[in-house]
Amino acid sequence: MNAISRFIKRLAILFGRTRFRGELDEEMAFHREQAEREFVAGGMTPEAARYAAMRRFGNAVRVKERSHEVVGFKAETVAQDLRFAVRQLRRNPGFALTATLILALGIGASVAIFAFVDAALIKPLPYPDPARLVAVNESTELFPRNDLSYADYLDWKRVNTVFSSLDVYAANRFELNTPSGTEPVHGLRVSAGFLGTLGIHPMLGRDFREDEDAVGASPVVLLRYGVWQSRFGGRRDVVGQTVNLSGVAYTIVGVLPRDFEFAPRDIAEFWVPLQPTGGCETRRSCHNLDGVARLKGGVTVAAAMAEMKSIAAGLERKYPDSNRGNSASVIPLSDAIVGNIRPILLVLQGGAGLLLLIACVNVSSLMLVRAESRRREIAVRGALGASRVRLSRQFVTEAVTLVVAGSAMGLGLAYGGMKGLSGLMSKDWMDGMPFLRGLGLNPRVLIFAACLAVLAGILFSITPILHFRFSDMRDGLTEGGRGSAGTLWRRMGANLVVIELATALVLLAGAGLLGKSLYRLLHEDLGFRADHLATVNVHVPESVAPKPAQVLAFERALLERASAMPGVESAAAMDVLPVSCNCDTDWVRFVGRPYNGIHNEVNDRVVSVGLFRTLQVRLKSGRFFTEQDDANSPKVVLINEAFARKYFPGEDPIGKKMGDTDLTPASIRQIVGLVEDLKEAGLDQEQWPAEYEAFNQSPSSYYSLILRTSQNPGAVLPALAPMIHGVNPNLSVDWQRTMEDRIDDSEAANIHRSAAYLFGGFAVLALVLGVVGLYGVIAFSVGRRTREIGVRMALGAQRSSVYRLVLKEAGRLIAVGVVLGLAGSVGAAMLMRKLLFGVQAWDAWTLIGVAVVLAISALMASYFPARQAASVDPAEALRAE
Amino acid sequence: MAKKPDLLPGTLDMLILHTLTRAPLHGYGIALQIKRLSDDVLTVEEGSLYPALQRLLLQGWVRAEWKMTETNRRARFYTLTAAGRKQLGIELSQFEQMIGAIGRVLRNAEEA
Repeated sequence: MNAISRFIKRLAILFGRTRFRGELDEEMAFHREQAEREFVAGGMTPEAARYAAMRRFGNAVRVKERSHEVVGFKAETVAQDLRFAVRQLRRNPGFALTATLILALGIGASVAIFAFVDAALIKPLPYPDPARLVAVNESTELFPRNDLSYADYLDWKRVNTVFSSLDVYAANRFELNTPSGTEPVHGLRVSAGFLGTLGIHPMLGRDFREDEDAVGASPVVLLRYGVWQSRFGGRRDVVGQTVNLSGVAYTIVGVLPRDFEFAPRDIAEFWVPLQPTGGCETRRSCHNLDGVARLKGGVTVAAAMAEMKSIAAGLERKYPDSNRGNSASVIPLSDAIVGNIRPILLVLQGGAGLLLLIACVNVSSLMLVRAESRRREIAVRGALGASRVRLSRQFVTEAVTLVVAGSAMGLGLAYGGMKGLSGLMSKDWMDGMPFLRGLGLNPRVLIFAACLAVLAGILFSITPILHFRFSDMRDGLTEGGRGSAGTLWRRMGANLVVIELATALVLLAGAGLLGKSLYRLLHEDLGFRADHLATVNVHVPESVAPKPAQVLAFERALLERASAMPGVESAAAMDVLPVSCNCDTDWVRFVGRPYNGIHNEVNDRVVSVGLFRTLQVRLKSGRFFTEQDDANSPKVVLINEAFARKYFPGEDPIGKKMGDTDLTPASIRQIVGLVEDLKEAGLDQEQWPAEYEAFNQSPSSYYSLILRTSQNPGAVLPALAPMIHGVNPNLSVDWQRTMEDRIDDSEAANIHRSAAYLFGGFAVLALVLGVVGLYGVIAFSVGRRTREIGVRMALGAQRSSVYRLVLKEAGRLIAVGVVLGLAGSVGAAMLMRKLLFGVQAWDAWTLIGVAVVLAISALMASYFPARQAASVDPAEALRAE
Repeated sequence: MAKKPDLLPGTLDMLILHTLTRAPLHGYGIALQIKRLSDDVLTVEEGSLYPALQRLLLQGWVRAEWKMTETNRRARFYTLTAAGRKQLGIELSQFEQMIGAIGRVLRNAEEA
């Protein structure tokens, strides 16, 4: 019975609290009266008897509290503490608001970044047993993860013993015939077992059959959920119907699940079996595939890598021409997908963590200041009988109240921050990271936030408790109350502020280095004028122009129309735009030189006659292409300076001849010109040798038009599609962008920009918090030393020496903070080396710069308290106490 | 106060229950009774008495009701319940065991 009936009684008392108190009061009053009567009977005067009774009874409040503790729930006293805590915080809204806000900032930043970390790094790939999925590629000296060739893939698949399945995919584009004309759509060609390897089943219809990726199998297609909804109205009877893609009728066999994602190429809407029909897949030397495999149980990534390397080595011996230098790469699929953003996320999480540290230290020191000013309140409560536990619990309750408010606000900030950050990233970039779609306050993120809150709560509870533990409470009751506790606080507060300043400096240095990297990156010498350029991608489908001559005719027509557009000064075509990638490479061999089979890998670009003039790239020697370089004249190429430096050091390259690795007669071409280095690679990649072929001699059906405009290039963009469709409505057009937007939206720019901006934001907050923290410490110390300063001045100290006194104290703290911070900065910068571009971790100017910024801001913050100290009126300061 | 011995810890509940075996008493009466029965040796501090009474109430060992005293004052009278009587028995036997044990230890110590 006992537990339950006790509970019910307690509950009854809880609800009849007022009655309970009243009864207890009455009972005790009765007791006192009786005692009084007894004393009077014993011969005391009534007055003396009353006091004696009261004395004997002791502390009535304490008795009541203890009686109440017996019957009350623990929670009830907690509620009391809570009410008191809220009252305390409300009485001091400045403190409450500041502390909550600081904490919210710290927690918000950490949680927001953690949500990204969670979405990108912690949440596994959305496939069953994701840890066993690996990305399989070839690797060469220049490309650690190179595309696979189809022939190699077949051998790898046949020979290996480490994968339960190995499949490949290749990006593809189709022209979809719609009522409004031809539209380019994204596709993915996959080997038949691909979905099985990922462990995914279509939500409607069936997967590809095993033989559907063989040459000659009838064409079938799987639809992504989105395209099924948008273009096929989500009708279930689409299975079995046909869809016309690039002139071929594909039978729809199924629809992929709604939440399915494939980060390497998530924009692909039409999935078709990969039939090795293209020219590339018939040659072992042509690399255009990416591999995904599932490891057999118990096989490690390293073991798989070792076996694939040995298989690749065997193929290299067997096919020395095509496979020379081709090894294998096996890495976890998650690494392949998020490897490029992992460093930035970890660095940002580190930055957010430091910010949180500063925020916590700041709030802790605020709590210390407050605890110090409440010394008397605590002492009085202690003297009135509050137990140490109860007093400590009061601090805990206040800390918890603060942390709860701060965390709630922090979560709000985090949510806003997440949305804001996703908004900042360009759509193209986001499309490549489908895993970020799940970004939000999911249970893992909330648990993380809860952990932070608990840690902060512990910290804020312990700080004031420790503070009072070390100082004698009775001191608080004496009026002066300036003894040991003051120095203790000063020492603790000072240590805390040194931590703050040092951490702020680390963040500032990080921000400085990242900012400098971004500046370097965006001011990288591109080798051409990127302003006033409009660009658009064009694809000439085979159905429209089956022969090279026809492809060429379209290009000429397009360039002619483009140049005639209003506001356009010149127009040119190029197959891969500058500032894209070191990719689409070619192996070259030079006529008249010994050849040992090495692969001389160079960027290979096809350009129209006017390209270099349009981009404004300078010719170093030789000549540009002319209209006379056509299909009937000998093949010619231009090379860049990097090419000349690498393959013709100290030689004149003009007039030299080169060809493919076999020097096939049709491949032989003569170098006729040398142009300045033009940035083909992504912004943060190194400059590679490049050769430029003439469009007139090797037409490409995929290319970009580049238009130099006299006015804002953005104004031309809307007119591009109509112009191109005016030439032929079946040409596919997309990606209308100005060159500057393309560069701004490139992955390198995005990564460096988000890193620099976010870290910069953290650093500014850290600087503000650190400086405010210092201000607090100095102002508090000046406040406590008012009398001392008054005495000094009364004894003849000059105002300047008072300034010196205060600023010296601040200066010492700042100096220690800066020295510690500089050491930390170099360490931190070493950790984020991967994100630095064109600047060293120990970049002296950045370090000196941020140290000066911090020192000046901190000195300015100490100036105000110093002035206050110097304006102390000695007479008043002495009279005050 | 300091000259008087403190109550043995844990015995207050037992003493209260015992004073209530004869008749219901109010808080002051309990204190008075203990003092008198112990020939003024034991003083129950009011600071301990009322919390202890609340504890006994909560356990269901005593019952409280408001009644009039002889002097016509309203006071809360505590009555021993059946459960309280049983509890008193348990505590008394435990106490006697304890006292017996302590006594044996002391006697043996003298002999040794």
